[in-house]
Amino acid sequence: MPKRFVSIWFKYLLTDREAIRLKSLRDVPVAFTEPDHGRMMVMAMNNHAENCGVRPGMAAADVRVIAPGIQLFENKAGRNIKLLKGLAEWCLRYTPLVMVDPPDGLLLDVTGCTHLKGGEIEFLKDMVSRLKALGYTIRPGMADTIGCAWAVARCAESGLIVPPGGQRNALMPLPPFSLRLSLDLLTKLRELGFYQVGSFIHLPKSVLKRRFGGNMVLRLYQALGQEAEFLLPLKEPVPYSERVALLEPIRTREVIETTVHALIDTLCKRLYGEGLGLRSAVLTYLRIDGKSGQLSIGTNHPSQRTDHIFKLFALQFDQVAPGLGIELFILDAPKTESASDKQNLLWNGKPAADSEEVAELLDNVGARVGKDQIHRYLPQEHHWPERVAGNTTDLTEKPESDWPEDKIRPVQLLEPPEPIEAMALTPDYAPRQFVYRNERHIIVNADGPERIGEEWWIEDGGYRDYYVAEDEQGMRYWLFGTAADQPGQTRRWFIHGYFP
Amino acid sequence: MNATKQEMIEKLRRDLLDWEGFRPLAPEEQPFFGLGPIEQAFPNRVFPTGALHEFISTRPEFTAAIGGFIAGVLQTLLEKGGVCVWVSYTRRIYPPALKRFGISPDRIIFIDVAREKDVLWVTEEALKCSGIAAVICETRLLSFMESRRLQLAIEQSRVTGFILRKDAKILNTTACTARWTVKPLRSRLRPGMPGVGYPRWQVELLKVKNGQPGSWILEWKNNSFLHPQQEQMVQPDTQRHYA
Repeated sequence: MPKRFVSIWFKYLLTDREAIRLKSLRDVPVAFTEPDHGRMMVMAMNNHAENCGVRPGMAAADVRVIAPGIQLFENKAGRNIKLLKGLAEWCLRYTPLVMVDPPDGLLLDVTGCTHLKGGEIEFLKDMVSRLKALGYTIRPGMADTIGCAWAVARCAESGLIVPPGGQRNALMPLPPFSLRLSLDLLTKLRELGFYQVGSFIHLPKSVLKRRFGGNMVLRLYQALGQEAEFLLPLKEPVPYSERVALLEPIRTREVIETTVHALIDTLCKRLYGEGLGLRSAVLTYLRIDGKSGQLSIGTNHPSQRTDHIFKLFALQFDQVAPGLGIELFILDAPKTESASDKQNLLWNGKPAADSEEVAELLDNVGARVGKDQIHRYLPQEHHWPERVAGNTTDLTEKPESDWPEDKIRPVQLLEPPEPIEAMALTPDYAPRQFVYRNERHIIVNADGPERIGEEWWIEDGGYRDYYVAEDEQGMRYWLFGTAADQPGQTRRWFIHGYFP
Repeated sequence: MNATKQEMIEKLRRDLLDWEGFRPLAPEEQPFFGLGPIEQAFPNRVFPTGALHEFISTRPEFTAAIGGFIAGVLQTLLEKGGVCVWVSYTRRIYPPALKRFGISPDRIIFIDVAREKDVLWVTEEALKCSGIAAVICETRLLSFMESRRLQLAIEQSRVTGFILRKDAKILNTTACTARWTVKPLRSRLRPGMPGVGYPRWQVELLKVKNGQPGSWILEWKNNSFLHPQQEQMVQPDTQRHYA
């Protein structure tokens, strides 16, 4: 399929933006200046200033004389790129492949997109009128190659749409500037009397190369479509992406829900057909006033179920601010995985932790309370009580070792251990009684001590002597005393847990 | 005539259970919990699965005992595979200890929510999911309406739910099938032996729908429940056998 490209030239990018911000600037000459070797030089102006004779590269002082009442603004570096990026995102409504073309243009790959607006002429008309409504004056150009579209947008008097294969004819009357050449080369060409591309287009390749260098040949043949040129899109296109453009902007929640549901359904059907399920999805909405917003979800399990994915998005619908109305929804699935065979579930009886049903539940819960709040514990090769159970948020991970079974452990663990006042009659024996939270417990039975040493390769410290103690009422506690070998150390007592 | 009357009453009782949303499993599907005399207290003389059980705790020591009791029941519920969800607001359960009750702690998914009111929301979502073996919810408050919602979710999904009410100050009416307390008792050892014995509890069934509340002593030994009274009854028999 032959490619079609659109180049958009924002002739008055900076001043248009300024006029959108301040309406009073629409009808007066405006120019942007930039310091250059200690002088303020004009680098951009609007059409009123242009009519007065202001050109880029003039000194600000001269301009004030030529165009009395001109408004001068100082330019900030990188401002145009920032504006172009915003506009490029806006242009995503026309095609997913948009590239910023500094200093003042955009490039769109519109292959197979124009029929959506009813043809190439209507496509460009729509684009020009919408951008006009936003406040930007543009010149578009459409051709089979990037170079030709660029040239037509900037230099052609008429015929902004180059018919397929018509690059050569379109380029003939244009000045050499239209080939995106360096300033030195342009001067050289002018000095030699080449005022139009047509005057050197039929020279043999080898001659052109010898005279003007390889870059010139490359640019010329790129514009003609004999050399490949690629567009680096602003956003990496996602293979699984669906969009819905709305004829009328929508704002009510019901309509948004219906639209999003239908959009998800389209994507899910496509994924189902390819045996895939999505692991994450991003829903982008573009508002009529040029603002946009995003909602994103993630799933624990590759999913292609419309209802489930919709439910996850629905939890976030409160964040959608439709403003005056939303005119475009884009649903991307940046991460997909092959969906497992559903028949598995039929044989297993109760599903395991990584089954679809449980995964969907955890998606819902995670969306509300936070994904990091859901965890499982896996045995770790540690003996220090606080480190025996390793925390994981992965639901499919299998334990690498067995859970220790030889030692009895309390069902309830206090983290951190709380100090108690204990009285032990004999060293290395369990205390006779202890006071915890103003309650006195007389110990009648005890097991221990079980000495657990601090893991010296992790942390330097002493050891703990653990006792299982049972008081008169039959309540069982896990107590420990700290190390007291060194002179000057006194044994301190803590309660660390409750046994069933 | 008498027999038909008896039959009618039996049938009405069964219908009543059905209307209340309690559908017992077929006898061959019924898991064996080994709760012995406690099971007699329930309708149809089986521990109700697919029902809501409420546990009242007023002290952390009781919470630990309840944790042990629930874990013992869970062992049977998890036998057929599946996972268990443990929802809590302030959780202190120590997963490695569950191994002693026959549960592999990695099969439990713990959900720790930051806000107390989210606990019941998560519990309800989990109870709606029939792929889950059991849901344990640690909460403080449970109003009648909330318990009714949970009960309705259970009637669809047949999941067993355990509500562990810590620091329960007011015992309000709830739609739960059973209300329990479990308190630790002094463990028993052979006379003259030092140390602490097997976990031993006073299990009380305060309320049970269509059943008989009661109080029992229960022990946990070698991965199963043990009923001391039963043990005493059995003991003379074995002695005679060996004599």
